[in-house]
Amino acid sequence: MMQTPDIGGMIFAHTADARGLELPFVGHVALPQWAPVHVGGMTIDLSPTKHVVFLLVAAFLVWLTMWLTGRALQRQRAQGGGAPKGLANMMEAVILFVRNDVAIANIGRRRGAAFAPYILTLFWLILYCNLLGLVPFGATPTGNLAVTGALALTALATIEISGMVALGPKGYLRTIAFVPPGTTGVTAVLLTLIMIPVELIGKIVKPFALMLRLFANMTAGHFVILSLMGIIFIFGHLAVFRWVIAGGSVAFMLFMYALELLVAFLQAYIFALLTSVFIGLMQHEH
Amino acid sequence: MFMLQVVADNAAEVAKNTNALLGAGLGIGLTIIGAGLGIGRIGSQAVEAIARQPEASADIRGAMILTAALIEGATLAALVFALLFKIL
Repeated sequence: MMQTPDIGGMIFAHTADARGLELPFVGHVALPQWAPVHVGGMTIDLSPTKHVVFLLVAAFLVWLTMWLTGRALQRQRAQGGGAPKGLANMMEAVILFVRNDVAIANIGRRRGAAFAPYILTLFWLILYCNLLGLVPFGATPTGNLAVTGALALTALATIEISGMVALGPKGYLRTIAFVPPGTTGVTAVLLTLIMIPVELIGKIVKPFALMLRLFANMTAGHFVILSLMGIIFIFGHLAVFRWVIAGGSVAFMLFMYALELLVAFLQAYIFALLTSVFIGLMQHEH
Repeated sequence: MFMLQVVADNAAEVAKNTNALLGAGLGIGLTIIGAGLGIGRIGSQAVEAIARQPEASADIRGAMILTAALIEGATLAALVFALLFKIL
């Protein structure tokens, strides 16, 4: 009897984190394992894993892109200026879009430019992380809850600290315990008391949703593609039909790949957009 | 006979697995119904609004994408929890 393929295991092996890399001609390369660090009562394992390596690759690619763009712009300005050409032109279009239509539009004209580098970094890092998963032998760092959790944590810190700086301590407390407009007397006090835990939970839930949204979008796409590939193996023993099934599966896979590409861009944009919307919400008094 | 024995031994585990699969499947299906309805409404209202006022199409498109992403976020949270329940 033929062995049934372990599709679930294959899917998880390709999307989950691993202690080794799969390189094109070399095969499986084990990553170094470092001794766990004891901090307080916890042991933390700091050894690099596949997603860590790809996160560093994405960060390096972001730096490389921006460095090449800056150099090209410098050279073009030294030679007389005018509209940028080539790589600088393409980068300028995207960067100005994120800066103007995402950061400044949502945070406001005064502070928007100050937050633009952070929003741009978010956008480009998440974009490169998402796209790395679509390359052969690549893995998606943002398909890891820890990575998206860390990004959401930076968003939480930025939102709350910028709120505290912009509104002052009293103004910041007023975003938690505010009297709903149009109520007076006992209803006002009751509603304010009810709103306090709701607002506090809201402050935690919004970055949590950011984390979950990015993680699930990235992982779901890969699940579908890998499942479609697994279908070819499940029907592998049906003599003639397996070619038809394989053909249909590959066609679907191509479509899903195109959709994955769109989702990669869209999710990077959505993360940056929602972060800037939340920062903008904290900049203004109610 | 040996096969029956194996099946009987695994019956409890298989039942748990089946129930988890059933729960996850139902959950995913219901979630997608909600998401489809919600995002469909967003799309239809956005297209109608653009048809009424083509100058505002950029604003409307931005609002549509933002709202669709928020609903998608809730959908995917439900999907992640369905996966979690299947795994646990």
